[in-house]
Amino acid sequence: MAIEVRNVSKSFGTTPVLNDVSVEVLPGSLTALLGPSGGGKSTLLRIIAGLEYPDAGTVIISGRDATSVAPQRRNVGFVFQHYAAFKHMTVFDNVAFGLQIRRRGKGEIRKRVTELLELVHLEQLAGRYPAQLSGGQRQRMALARALAVEPEVLLLDEPFGALDAQVRKELRSWLRRLHDEVHVTTVFVTHDQEEAIEVADTIVVLADGQVEQAGSPHDLYEHPANSFVMSFLGPVTQIDGRLVRPHDIEVVNEPSPGSTPATVRRITSLGFEVRLELAIADNDAWVQVTRGTAATLNVKTGDTVYIRVHPEAKTLAAA
Amino acid sequence: MPEPTSTVAAPVVAPSQRTTEPAPITPGAAPTSRPRRSGTRYVLRLSALIYLTFLLVIPVGLILWRTFEDGFGPYWTAMTSPSALHALRVTVIVALWSVALNTVFGVGAAVLLVRHRFPGRRLFNALIDLPMAVSPVVVGLALILIYGRFAPAGSLLETVGIRVIFSLPGMVQATVFITLPLVVRAVAPVLEEMGVEQEQAARTLGAGPWQTFRRITLPGIRWALGYGIVLCLARALGEYGAVAVVSGRLVDQTQTMTLFVEERFQNFDQPAAFAAATTLALIAIISLLLTKLLRPKDSD
Repeated sequence: MAIEVRNVSKSFGTTPVLNDVSVEVLPGSLTALLGPSGGGKSTLLRIIAGLEYPDAGTVIISGRDATSVAPQRRNVGFVFQHYAAFKHMTVFDNVAFGLQIRRRGKGEIRKRVTELLELVHLEQLAGRYPAQLSGGQRQRMALARALAVEPEVLLLDEPFGALDAQVRKELRSWLRRLHDEVHVTTVFVTHDQEEAIEVADTIVVLADGQVEQAGSPHDLYEHPANSFVMSFLGPVTQIDGRLVRPHDIEVVNEPSPGSTPATVRRITSLGFEVRLELAIADNDAWVQVTRGTAATLNVKTGDTVYIRVHPEAKTLAAA
Repeated sequence: MPEPTSTVAAPVVAPSQRTTEPAPITPGAAPTSRPRRSGTRYVLRLSALIYLTFLLVIPVGLILWRTFEDGFGPYWTAMTSPSALHALRVTVIVALWSVALNTVFGVGAAVLLVRHRFPGRRLFNALIDLPMAVSPVVVGLALILIYGRFAPAGSLLETVGIRVIFSLPGMVQATVFITLPLVVRAVAPVLEEMGVEQEQAARTLGAGPWQTFRRITLPGIRWALGYGIVLCLARALGEYGAVAVVSGRLVDQTQTMTLFVEERFQNFDQPAAFAAATTLALIAIISLLLTKLLRPKDSD
């Protein structure tokens, strides 16, 4: 294991933030800590980095107990949401910082920093100061700075959280490609399930200071352990007191065994897909069908349709 | 998002913001309100100017005029007299010690107040402002009560050959006390605004606490620290009350420039008093210009 977190608990004052959390991170993996704000994911990441100290439990990095090791001796790279750029240093000096601390030779530093700046596409901006860069450029600089010291693990705390949607999407796929090139064990914190599913190969869902479920994005989506994970990882609707994905519901015009009548309240076209808002008895629900299916159904607002949950679909009792 | 711009980019950003700011003035209201407002404005300006003229310009101008009314020669003679040179030397020694001690204490206290939470922190914070509230004369008397020859601490130090009162250590102590808040109060807000993330980033990159302080924290507060040091220096050079009490005003021994001015003036040696006063004023003006130079960068 690259990182093993065992039974870690942490409170700030009287507020518990992490409660007996255990997480394992495979070497070379790209793991997302996913969860709502206040779920404790950032705190867990900071405990792994040594920026916070756990009240109980141990942190093992590359087989060594790092629980009481100072952050500067853990050999982890950390990227902050707000970049934490060294404002009085140029881009070059920011990236070179860790190497200068390690007293590497001038020539070696120049070579390594140049390589890294090429990797993050900032080679033209080496002489600039952070204030002269855009948010996305600052974050790429911070990433190069963290990678410069060849960390055993790279930790990113909501790395794209402060960027606008467009840059966010670009950097997301760029991070995925970068990880395929560099192969450093990476853990990143996010509250965006789409980001986690798109970038990570393993997702750990944290809520209320506890691990709800850990696994591949596919696993978590198809086999959620509980209703929280199911509703956090994708769209859900409620039918007969059970949670079900809206695209796992069959809609037909005529009644059939096991189907339930529903009244169409509203039809919204979302490009390729069509969303039908329904009333089943007194409950609201919604289903998502392809444009083709919608054309075949040919329903209008107020019509009655018959719905049936797909027999192989995953459903969970609503909490 | 707290994103203070660096000194390099500021001129690029600031003017564009400034040009957009005056735009929302309502065009309809301006013509009617402008003449009335400029009327009051003239009165305000004139009173401020008259006030400053009588309070500042005339007195300082008079001192300058009296100093140099017979040319530069008498000034030079007065300032190169052994007593004047000695007073200047004592002033500089006391000021430099005070600045050095307060720089170390000020940065340490600012880091402690901003970066750490500990019991009694609020009390500590309040105590730092105490010298602002206490009269310098009271400070001097308090020091005599503790370190005077017949006080317990004073007599104990006397037996090991250290004399505090009527001597340089006491004068430095008094000046340090008076100038205590200046560096702390200049540095603390900048440290607060800087945040901890840069320091934490340095730690994860392998820097120890001292390296982090020297390479990240110190460069981050350098303008504020410079501003605090200049203020502290100016205040230390001009300190009179506390030093007057603890020094015993011994001519050619514990006499500082401010005490020299007062003593010469009392002894009807006006040329020497004016020359020394002018020298102090010039040093103050230079310090003031230095703070003006440091201030804009600090407030970026």
